[in-house]
Amino acid sequence: MDISEVPQEGNATLAGLRKAVYARNAENRIVSVASAGWEVEEIVTQQAADIFSAYTTAAHARVLKGESSPLEYWMYARRMDLATFAQSSGIWRWRIRRHFQPALFARLSPEMLDRYADALGISRQTLCQLP
Amino acid sequence: MNSAPLANFAHRHAAHCESGSVANLLTHYGCPLSEPMAFGLAGGLSFAYLNFIRIQEMPLIAYRVPPRGIVKGVGKALGIPFHVERFRSPLAGTARLDALLDQGQVVGLQTSVFWLPYFPEDMRFHFNAHNLVVYGREGDEYLISDPVFEHPVRCPRADLERARFAKGMLAPKGLLYYPQAPAQGAPVMQNGGGATPQNITRSIRRVARNMLAPVPVVGTSGMRWLARRIARLDPKAAASSRLIGHIVRMQEEIGTGGGGFRFLYAAFLQEAAESCDSPQLAEFSARLLDIGDEWRAFALAAARMVKGRDAFDPSAIAGLLSAQADREAIFFRDLRSALA
Repeated sequence: MDISEVPQEGNATLAGLRKAVYARNAENRIVSVASAGWEVEEIVTQQAADIFSAYTTAAHARVLKGESSPLEYWMYARRMDLATFAQSSGIWRWRIRRHFQPALFARLSPEMLDRYADALGISRQTLCQLP
Repeated sequence: MNSAPLANFAHRHAAHCESGSVANLLTHYGCPLSEPMAFGLAGGLSFAYLNFIRIQEMPLIAYRVPPRGIVKGVGKALGIPFHVERFRSPLAGTARLDALLDQGQVVGLQTSVFWLPYFPEDMRFHFNAHNLVVYGREGDEYLISDPVFEHPVRCPRADLERARFAKGMLAPKGLLYYPQAPAQGAPVMQNGGGATPQNITRSIRRVARNMLAPVPVVGTSGMRWLARRIARLDPKAAASSRLIGHIVRMQEEIGTGGGGFRFLYAAFLQEAAESCDSPQLAEFSARLLDIGDEWRAFALAAARMVKGRDAFDPSAIAGLLSAQADREAIFFRDLRSALA
């Protein structure tokens, strides 16, 4: 890639951040160049972020219908899947899955809620409701 | 309280977090090193397709060696071991970091990306092997040289602690590192930093060997295996497009310098050609640059299908990928025999 080919088309997911890429200059030297972004990167980053947004929206709807607890909503809203959430909270997957049941979630002790809230980086009050 | 002597740290923008952190750290400690040289000396280039390791539902696909490989590899090649510490408690980890900063040390850290507030929202995923350098503290804010950012940034204490002690896969456990003084008479000290032709060629040979390894999941055979997997994808399934997008993300989005680290490694080969006085290596550098362009073409074709601009055609993508495997197999075979 020559410097003139380094994409500068912008990338919304970078929010103005420029990334360093390596390209050949006029003297045939490969140097680091700041790139404002390539649409290809934007497409695939957006795709990955959209997958979590879709999970979050679906969980939101389930909570409103009384089919799930806010715990599931917040897990996806904080970009975690069940495996990541289990690892970062130190709580087994099957237990977390049980706590997606609204009735069981409502009976959780404050200590348990704090463990979840802490793993998600939100407060206990936030965890217990939808935004 | 501020950390006593505010270290004068030269921040350099880098393509990749680990090679950038190591290069900037070593340069600060008196061993001038470019990012490509750090990446190349550590033998950073690779390819791996590990279908059985799933990260957020996606298989592990990497265009480089596993995390920590560059810190260790550079230390080994230059004979400058890194002093490494991990911590059980966040409290101890923060106290130790503050103590080192108060002594005027500049320290490399492994962190999660998700908990760093200065990252753009759409880039904050739960990836735990990010690398950055802390060069000072002002009150409750750390002064950070994050190599993938153009300029130094700041991060509140609570957030950095959170990022250092994120749990899950590749959990950093507060990992911090800084170079130890090189042994007396080590080659680094004699030529004032940089690498000798011997350890440059040794690291190139290692990369060539790994890329040609007779193991199905790594190197060019890993690419072919992934290509066969892609060829079998159902064009209508949402998961198919997700896998293709994931491959391109690993190649382009996550700080690779473009073309899945191939441009970065080409820059290293060019620098190596000068250090070793070898016009032959300069030719290999130019060839790898062309291979990097083909990777960009692969990414473009894949992204167009993800976006729905072109019809989703798994066999076309698979064909492009196995053509890359062929090109790299020839390239690394030639490179290996040139250095034999």
